[in-house]
Amino acid sequence: MATATAGNTGRGVDTGAGQRPAILERIAASDRRHRTSFRVQFALVWIVLIGLLGVAMVATNNVQTDWIAEWGPYILGGTRETIFICVVSIVLATVLAIVGAIARLSRNPVINGVAALYVSLVRGTPLLVQIFFIYFALPQFGIVLPALAAGILALGFNYGAYMTEIFRAGIQAVPRGQREAAEALGMPERLVMRRIVLPQAFRIVIPAIGNDFVAMIKDSALVSTISVTELLWRASKAGTQDFRTLQALIIAATIYWLLTIVFSFFQERLERRMAEGDR
Amino acid sequence: MSGPIIFEPAAADVPHLGEVIVEALGIEKYFGDLHVLRGIDLRVRRRQAVMLIGRSGSGKTTLLRCLNFLEEPTIGSVEIDGFRVEADPLRAGSPERRERIRQIRLRAGMLFQEFNLFPHMNVLANLTEAPVRVLGIGIDQAVATAERYLEQVGVLDKRDEFPARLSGGQKQRVAIARALCMEPKVLMFDEPTSALDPELVGEVLTVMEELAHAGTTMIVVTHEMHFAREAADTVVFMDEGRIIEAGPPEQVLANPQDDRTAVFLRRFLSAFPDRAGHPHGVD
Repeated sequence: MATATAGNTGRGVDTGAGQRPAILERIAASDRRHRTSFRVQFALVWIVLIGLLGVAMVATNNVQTDWIAEWGPYILGGTRETIFICVVSIVLATVLAIVGAIARLSRNPVINGVAALYVSLVRGTPLLVQIFFIYFALPQFGIVLPALAAGILALGFNYGAYMTEIFRAGIQAVPRGQREAAEALGMPERLVMRRIVLPQAFRIVIPAIGNDFVAMIKDSALVSTISVTELLWRASKAGTQDFRTLQALIIAATIYWLLTIVFSFFQERLERRMAEGDR
Repeated sequence: MSGPIIFEPAAADVPHLGEVIVEALGIEKYFGDLHVLRGIDLRVRRRQAVMLIGRSGSGKTTLLRCLNFLEEPTIGSVEIDGFRVEADPLRAGSPERRERIRQIRLRAGMLFQEFNLFPHMNVLANLTEAPVRVLGIGIDQAVATAERYLEQVGVLDKRDEFPARLSGGQKQRVAIARALCMEPKVLMFDEPTSALDPELVGEVLTVMEELAHAGTTMIVVTHEMHFAREAADTVVFMDEGRIIEAGPPEQVLANPQDDRTAVFLRRFLSAFPDRAGHPHGVD
């Protein structure tokens, strides 16, 4: 085909062994041009729209550099708490989800029932209510938790319930033959789960966990309601002091946004690495 | 229901065979209302290579899976190397029964159509996982054993690769090495070449043939008639959940006594001449 193409163009190039026909080079160059042009336009759209947003905020007197210089670092400091809360909560949620998923797949009606109730209850009630419940209601049973611990517990329990269903699906997505091969080697049930099924299920659910982590960065703002000094709490505090609420919220929102961009980037990279890993 | 045929070659016919390793008695299996196995009796002796042949749906694979309880028989019992387990269709299974099933599985290596290597472990880890964690063998010794079997099946150079990087034929040979690492009393193959590209079938069958000639006890569900003729001590023909005919390959394959066997062979060989004529379907 290659020689025929060269012949048809009339250039008479002999595409012998090892030499690519010129048309391939031109197709590749054209592809590159299209890709670059797409990227440039894409970036321009972002720059223009974000620029417009910035201009609008400056014009409405919502961006004042001296105020930002004074309060910006204080609000930014809340990032530490926000990330800390999210990391600890997602670890807690993952542990709960693994236990929950195994329980939901159990043939034991008591274990299965408890796990199903946990998932149903947590998914059926607002996260805000759960946060209040743990912070304000537990003390009535003699359990007094610091705000930070209560917030982490609430987020962990909440996400644990959603992730239970994700892990359950992940475990069920591991091909049956994997379990059978392990059982046929004489591996006891627990070992099959721990060494063969869970590691593969984990790979399957990693993208979903990453998603949930990004979602949690935003949901963690709710623990500001019980005075955990994270991002949003600091923003409201700084804002109300100088009647600069809107400006403070803009700063907080920007930080949340940047955080999610950064973590989404890492999540995508992780996903890609797992994909090329060993499938 | 026809009377059960217990198949056991007379000692005089096959003097090289040893004691009974596998004994299945009265195996019946229902899937819902579907009667898949209708009373199977089978004995397999040490060093015997048994090939199960028959149409798809005749119950060969189900029988094999009942032998190590990947499938729970509805009726019957299985004994492998002295461990006997009765069918327990109501799943009232005690921990003690589960342990006996595990003991059976430790003694019966299983090879699957889809290989079922563990994709998250490299080849060496696939081979050492069960010996180390189930048998409690030291890692150094497990690695040495693994390398010996990898060499035997000709894929030692792939010891550090992940399964995704192997061809189907290499995967199945690694799977065979993995089963051998447990030093089983019997190897059970469930259509080990059915998922392979035709040009990769030969390398797996060659390994299996070597194992058979070296005296490995094996039960093989297969459609490779040439292989059966070369490697089997005994060919068992199944139809509609029963053993119809069993005997040495030259008898069952070349001179079948039962009409159903003859019809199957005629149809099969006219549909897949490759599998009869040329070694391993290659050439």
